Amino acid sequence: MKLTDLTRLGKFVVTSEVGPPKGINLDKMLHEAEYIRGRVAAINVTDNQSSVMRMGGLAACKVLKDKGFEPVFQITCRDRNRLALQADLLSAAMFGIENLLLLTGDHIVLGDHKDAKPVFDLDSVSLAHCVKRLEEGFDLAGNKLDGEAPKFCKGAVVSPCAEPLDPQLFKMEKKIKAGVEFFQTQAVYEPEKFEKFMKRVKEFGVPVYVGIVVLKTVGMAKFMNENVAGIHVPDSLIEELKKDKEKTKSGQTGVEISARLIKDMKNMCQGVHMMPLGWDDKVPKILEMAGV
Amino acid sequence: MLITKVKTKEELLPVLSGRVLVIPCLGCSQSYFPVEEFNRLKDELKSSGANLASEVTFDYMCREDFTERRLEIYREQLEAADTVLIFSCGVGIQTFAGLIPGKKIVSGSDTFYVPGFPGFTPSEHDCEQCGECRMGLTFGICPVTACSKGLLNGQCGGAKDGKCEVDKNMACGWQRIFERMNALKGSDKALKEGVQIRDYKKSSL
Repeated sequence: MKLTDLTRLGKFVVTSEVGPPKGINLDKMLHEAEYIRGRVAAINVTDNQSSVMRMGGLAACKVLKDKGFEPVFQITCRDRNRLALQADLLSAAMFGIENLLLLTGDHIVLGDHKDAKPVFDLDSVSLAHCVKRLEEGFDLAGNKLDGEAPKFCKGAVVSPCAEPLDPQLFKMEKKIKAGVEFFQTQAVYEPEKFEKFMKRVKEFGVPVYVGIVVLKTVGMAKFMNENVAGIHVPDSLIEELKKDKEKTKSGQTGVEISARLIKDMKNMCQGVHMMPLGWDDKVPKILEMAGV
Repeated sequence: MLITKVKTKEELLPVLSGRVLVIPCLGCSQSYFPVEEFNRLKDELKSSGANLASEVTFDYMCREDFTERRLEIYREQLEAADTVLIFSCGVGIQTFAGLIPGKKIVSGSDTFYVPGFPGFTPSEHDCEQCGECRMGLTFGICPVTACSKGLLNGQCGGAKDGKCEVDKNMACGWQRIFERMNALKGSDKALKEGVQIRDYKKSSL
């Protein structure tokens, strides 16, 4: 089911995320997905996340779909030119995969094939435009598609805590004009900033699902503050992680913080997107504590 | 060797505002400068209402020291202008824009790719000779070369504290574009219109 249909029905949309393996054995990924079966509306499948080569997301989406999950096919512009992107989009439609998350993608040099050619023939905006053209029955070059046109639900990302925010809002608006129907956000740890962001994007009238990355360690929080764009973990949360080492190690602190963040922000937006980074087993508890 | 082609009236009219100073760069002796088309375009712009208030000629605009000296000489014309319409390669435009951060710059021509020696002067600015110069929309900063992904429709999610995800010492190209736009009190309206997609045919002409 399309995520935006759920929003239209007045449902609070909860999604989570898994990453395909570096190999051909899907057991671990499927095991992670089972933890959240029935608790989330859909599961995002990452696309060579952080530019690290893995099994293709499309195949993983198809396996998830066959097992009764609703996949969100993440598709980046880093590794494919416009022909390959369109080919994968048509393949996804043929498999009945409806939900897409359209991304520019991290740069090649951040990953494990630093000597590869970065493609970026399209970007997240032109990719959204391209999907819209396919839905209208044409490819990007204007050639007519044979038979029935594919139908998707097009999502994209935005960083609500980026500074400055204006370039992000500019891009968000361009994405909406190009056909994007929902947004999953970068991880948010500052509800006050998120509230300000939501006030500014309200006029766009597009559902926003707030991103939550479960904090595992103090080191992870500090690393993200140093290195990850659009993420800021406030000192108060770092102190909270430091306070009880055992509790943090067991994951309890991360669970509590995540649940609290969702509670604080759930009334500001239309859903939540969990990025558990392998801690999928903790997601049901977080959602339960947050009351979603 | 460089080949430039003047843009069309339709492309330029929406981005020209106020008093326009026209600057053709005629320095590069190997460059092909389309004089006839240049003159025709100016007539067309004038008859469509553009205020081409004055014109001065530069040469080797890509050379910062030359350009700095010319800026001194033509200070009066420059100060009087609201928009500077430049006909040069992409390196020239960026050199000029870099020297006058407070002035609205519009590129009047597209620089095409020609195999062989691609320019004249070593420069910190780069022109990929994409054949569809967008610097009139992007405030004199080239998104193709200033953004490490060559993104045409805005900043990616990878910029942190104004720096590119590829290199913490490199400014995010799109942040530079926005900073310049804000410094000029410019609008992102034209930039927001439509979806920009590269035409790679033009860069291998």
